Amino acid sequence: MVGGEDKIREIAGRLLREGEVDLIIGYEKGTLPLRSTPSFIRDQNDLYKLIWDPTCDINLSKYLHGRDEKIGILAKGCDARSIVVCGSEGQIDMGKVVIIGLPCSGVIDRKKIEAEMEGREVLEATFADQSLVIRGEGFEEVLPIKGFMDDSCLSCRHRNPPVYDVLVGEPLPEITGANEYAEVDELESKSAEERWGYFVEEMGSCIRCYSCRNVCPMCYCKECFVDETMPAWFGKTNELTDTIIYHLVRAIHLTGRCVDCGACSRACPMDINLKALTKKAEKIARERFNFEVGLTTEEAPVLGVFKEDDSEEFII
Amino acid sequence: MKVNAEEKGSKAKKGGNPDDGWEPKIIAFLCNWCSYAGADLAGISRLQYPPNIRVVRVPCSSRVSPYFIIKSLQQGWDGVLVSGCHPGDCHYISGNLVARRRFAVLKDMLDYMGIEPGRVSFSWVSAAEGERFSKVVAEVVEGVKALGPARRLVKVS
Repeated sequence: MVGGEDKIREIAGRLLREGEVDLIIGYEKGTLPLRSTPSFIRDQNDLYKLIWDPTCDINLSKYLHGRDEKIGILAKGCDARSIVVCGSEGQIDMGKVVIIGLPCSGVIDRKKIEAEMEGREVLEATFADQSLVIRGEGFEEVLPIKGFMDDSCLSCRHRNPPVYDVLVGEPLPEITGANEYAEVDELESKSAEERWGYFVEEMGSCIRCYSCRNVCPMCYCKECFVDETMPAWFGKTNELTDTIIYHLVRAIHLTGRCVDCGACSRACPMDINLKALTKKAEKIARERFNFEVGLTTEEAPVLGVFKEDDSEEFII
Repeated sequence: MKVNAEEKGSKAKKGGNPDDGWEPKIIAFLCNWCSYAGADLAGISRLQYPPNIRVVRVPCSSRVSPYFIIKSLQQGWDGVLVSGCHPGDCHYISGNLVARRRFAVLKDMLDYMGIEPGRVSFSWVSAAEGERFSKVVAEVVEGVKALGPARRLVKVS
């Protein structure tokens, strides 16, 4: 995935020039090392800003909401799938979106690198093909990218966007053999008490900053259920049950919609393992309703439809 | 405040254990067209069932939002029962089928997070099934009794 930038700039430039889009949403270098930031480009002269490397971890589909112009958007496999979900839910006019698909071999997880650095400050980071060179005050380290990749990417099922208008480069081979539900399976094998203990521990540190909600392209409600005051369903403080309920209901709302891009986990300042919940939501959609999220705009959201022979083993 | 705590039922008895004569309080959301009528029939037929349930009549099982169920647990109800028409019998044609998917997801998630599976139950009871209603309630109450007072997810205020 390193080195596709020229191609991206060329495609983006063509789309702007030919008037196919008014705006390109992509990534540019962030102000800190190992960080990228969303880039909104309307002018040909700004195309040089666009980058494409393993720091491009933001799910850009979040920025499609509420825009009324023709947009060209860079989309990894997960981003493209979330664009599809937003499209199928009527939130985005797919006719106005040009998806520039990026086959993606995974993005890095900054928290893993921070842990490896043990407090040393990273001042500069550069990417080679399979490795990452990190420089700081008096040290330089070469790390394998794979070891510091986001967990979602290690078992990603759709490295290539299933839906796109233009594809940058060649499709990557899909990962086979990785059990993406390993963590969920492990939790499920534990007793109810242990699971409760696990979630109390995880959610207990939540400060209700709503970063997870803010980065999530599926969280587009004008008013979130936790913000409602009439009726005020649940509390807004970081009281334990209120916090657990916030995460529980968010996971329920994401069932059949979450594409496991991992944005929420990466955004969490308290390092809460939100993937344990979102992955379960995805697993329910797949196993219970045989629904693979974000492959086509034709399919209705899983909780918006029903089948007469849906399983009902839980009903007494 | 004390009155409130008493009213919230088992909450006031949180310290107690099932051997001290603790009785669970269970909130039951019954659909107007089938299960509520089924409960009515059970009453008319003088069928005996445990008096631990408090009934809330709703237009349809699909009126029951997951929020109702989660909020009930948070407020200290020891169990929640949701009952509607059998699939195919819904007064609104497909309300219970939509609800079924929603409840399936809710139940899976609650189980996964470690809320005991017996706390929240779903059933289909038709207007003619007074006897079935009494059996369902007996089963639910027995299950919740075995679990003891609700503690997880209960907000202590």
